[in-house]
Amino acid sequence: MIQPVFLEVAVLITGLFLLIYESFAQDREKGFVAGMGIAALTIILIASFFATPTINIGGPPTGAMQFYTADALALFFKRFALLTTIIVLVISLEYRDVVRKFIYGAHSDAGIGEFYTIPIFTCAGLMWMASAVDFTMIFVSLELVTISFYILVAYMRRNSNSLEAGVKYLVLGALSTGFFVYGVTWIFGITGTTNLAQCATAMRFLPSCQGPLLFGFMLVLMGLGFKVAAVPFQFWVPDVYQGAPTPITAFLSVGSKAAGFVVLIRVVETFLSVPVLHDKVIAILSAVAAFTLLYGNLAALPQNNLKRLLAYSSIAHAGYLLIAVASLSGPGASSAIGFYLAGYLMMTLLSFIVIVVVANATGGDDIANFNGLGKRSPGLAFALLIAMLSLAGVPLTAGFFGKFFVFAAAIDQGHYVLSAIGIVTVGAGFYYYLKVVRAMYWLDPAAETAIPVSPLASFTITCLVTAIFIFGVFPRPIMDALSDVPIVAPVLAVSR
Amino acid sequence: MLLLLILVPILAAAAVLLGAPVRKTANGAAWLNLLITLGALLGYHSATGGYQEILRVPILPDWHLQFLLGVDGLSLIMLLLTAIVTVAALWVAPEVSGNEPAYFASLLFISAGAMGAFASLDLFFFYAFHELALIPTFLLIGIWGTGDRQSAAWKITIYLAVGSFILLLGLIGLYFSFPVEQRTFDITVLQQHAALINPGSRNAIYLALLFGFGILISLFPFHTWAPTAYASAPTPAAMMHAGVLKKFGLYGLLRIALPLLPGPAQHYAGLLLVLLLGNILYAGLATIGQKRLDLMLGYSSVMHMGYIFLGFASLNLIGTTGAALLMFAHGLSIAALFAIAGQVRERTGTLVFTELGGLAKPMPVLGFAFGLAAFASIGLPGFANFASEILVFFGAFKNGTASPYSQWQVATLLALWGVVISAVYMLRGYRAVFQGTINERWAGLKDVTTLRWPIILLLAVLMLAGFFPGLIVGLVKPVLAQSLSAPGLLQLPNWTYHPY
Repeated sequence: MIQPVFLEVAVLITGLFLLIYESFAQDREKGFVAGMGIAALTIILIASFFATPTINIGGPPTGAMQFYTADALALFFKRFALLTTIIVLVISLEYRDVVRKFIYGAHSDAGIGEFYTIPIFTCAGLMWMASAVDFTMIFVSLELVTISFYILVAYMRRNSNSLEAGVKYLVLGALSTGFFVYGVTWIFGITGTTNLAQCATAMRFLPSCQGPLLFGFMLVLMGLGFKVAAVPFQFWVPDVYQGAPTPITAFLSVGSKAAGFVVLIRVVETFLSVPVLHDKVIAILSAVAAFTLLYGNLAALPQNNLKRLLAYSSIAHAGYLLIAVASLSGPGASSAIGFYLAGYLMMTLLSFIVIVVVANATGGDDIANFNGLGKRSPGLAFALLIAMLSLAGVPLTAGFFGKFFVFAAAIDQGHYVLSAIGIVTVGAGFYYYLKVVRAMYWLDPAAETAIPVSPLASFTITCLVTAIFIFGVFPRPIMDALSDVPIVAPVLAVSR
Repeated sequence: MLLLLILVPILAAAAVLLGAPVRKTANGAAWLNLLITLGALLGYHSATGGYQEILRVPILPDWHLQFLLGVDGLSLIMLLLTAIVTVAALWVAPEVSGNEPAYFASLLFISAGAMGAFASLDLFFFYAFHELALIPTFLLIGIWGTGDRQSAAWKITIYLAVGSFILLLGLIGLYFSFPVEQRTFDITVLQQHAALINPGSRNAIYLALLFGFGILISLFPFHTWAPTAYASAPTPAAMMHAGVLKKFGLYGLLRIALPLLPGPAQHYAGLLLVLLLGNILYAGLATIGQKRLDLMLGYSSVMHMGYIFLGFASLNLIGTTGAALLMFAHGLSIAALFAIAGQVRERTGTLVFTELGGLAKPMPVLGFAFGLAAFASIGLPGFANFASEILVFFGAFKNGTASPYSQWQVATLLALWGVVISAVYMLRGYRAVFQGTINERWAGLKDVTTLRWPIILLLAVLMLAGFFPGLIVGLVKPVLAQSLSAPGLLQLPNWTYHPY
């Protein structure tokens, strides 16, 4: 049996080792750095299945372990972060020609090694976020993730779009971190603790401090809303997603969002356990969810660039996930979020890997670059078709089960208006996702030659397509991994 | 056995996409499915009744969600309809420009989706299989359609996507309206526990189901997707969609809403009657105004949905039996009409009435077939449509005998004018296309040769069911009788039916 704590340590050591090793291997092809990273992370991913969820049995935890939990949810999201990073590294390998073009060094691969190693540190940060049950720990791991993303987003330093994205992400990221910390100080000031479980206990005895607590909650929500791309903290998303290197866009939209949601689950559950705050927190979350759904889906409609489209779609999916967050007082909501994110991982990473492969051959990632892909490369077109259908929520794909669980959680909690808004926006989603399908199958290609796909990429694509189908019919493995999700703060029987 | 019905088309589609001989594989799969369906029909013990050939695979035990297949009389006739129309649709498929395997694979997927939906006894997969047909339809209309195909494809896809998600909300709501221990997606279990549904949410769930299914069935005023889509769709796609897929919603109403929520169905009967009169009268008059054969057929299929709704709204054994029979009959007749229209379009390149005329002279067989199909569609005796419309009208009218001039009786009296309306447009369509002076351009057209057989197949089954409606009625009547006898939920006059 492996202690879950060692997983992060192993990831960190891998990252440090590769960083040093890479700097002593200057004149060589740097692809092997990514290869070693993929191999090491795969081993850690396999090892994580031998780790058992441990919830502080035998008295309260002491020392640093007060910050840390390794419940089923945390373990699930650790695997999630590992898998995401592995696939992001695969995409990075496909993308290296573009990165090379925008970094001039002594030789063609100079300065590209960090592009493969920094994501590993991000991964460690994401894994710590999954386990964080203390505002201090949340903040530190959040910063590890965010700062490594500052570097990665602006990585292509001779590309003005990448730099623009980097500046925007830096400024708004710093601002949102400020909001987050300010919110934490309010909560700390009232409850006298940063530990979530102790916060929950303390808050229950402070019914008179509703206003300040809610203010603190809203500030924290702003900080996390930035991570998960919720309205009104989504302004950075389209530009950063479009400008950043595509593998990093994929990483942002999957890894960063998932970690944001796991923290959000823990924070929201803490606040929902306080009876006097319960309804107000749900009202705030419902409003955010409704606006996120409407904004993301409606703004996606006119997009012509696929990366930008996926940026808005990422906002839209944050909206569906927020429906489940607003339903967290019900039993099925946190596993619904977990499943939704797992499906979202498969379909989003699948889209991005196809985007990179196609953009390498056609020279752009506008939807027009995908015209006639069905005739040119039927396999790639089929993969993107499945990704789009799953994103839209067609049954027998993982994306549909995700939406199904989310709507089920919402209806169970009586969120009928939110569900209705969700339905209308699903209709909009069908339009913009099928716009890509239309380009691939209805329109004629610019060139007839098939697009070359490397073996590693085609293997990954095949795996992801298969996974979307399998989990679209048998969601049970994921649901089992998520079951018995213990709640950080014991939720009292809420009296409404 | 039932699993084969779903797997055969899917495997055939995969084989076709991977390079198997396209037409042979596709047609072979369709015939094989027809044989399997006939086998299931003959193997069904009507004396025992109930659900048979159950196949159960647990998917999510916590949710009581399972992959559950099974048939009873009602689903058997829908499977039979699907199998017959699939055979005919694949048979009449014209030469395909471009990617022929994808064309046939899409059709096979539509067929698999319909088969799966009609054979599923689990709400989740019942829903999921229907959605499987959505994307092939989008591709078929978008790539191989005619006329304003792009906007038609968008319209049908978004309408049906929103409709089916409304339906999904209704189904999830239904699931949660049961007490925690009884929550399941298993239709057979739900039917036993119908009385346990939370009374407070019944009406809302019924409305979600009614409008969710209603959009899929082109219930007025959500019907505008249908005519344009059918007019633009390639002939086999129009046959499959108008003939089979659109019946999914009606089947769902009979299968789920009727046994589980008869109270709200009665409560909202007035609303449904108004809407269905919109289908019959408004869409009927719109049909008369059409200037193209394909649009006219599209509108006529919208209009005929009104009769089926009327049968459902009557909520008694006569009316619902009529509705079930009419689903079968209309599926065959509209498929035959679209097949014939497709043949005409292939030969002349147009379906505009003013450019056609006198085609019965060069093409007597096609003209005769169109005449028969048109008569069937109007509801002339000898075709199953007649038997079913009679039942629908009797059922709906009888429902009001407790109080004279009730809403049902008024609605029936108005709906009867639909027969006149359909006679007007069908005969006008027949005259415009096949009678009158012939345009010189069309004098040399060749009549249908081997392709007369799929049309004959459709019409023959239609006449068989028309002369012996007891064959179908005997299958569906016990199912509906059981649905309507849900204890303590519905107090309506009882009536026993003697088959011929």
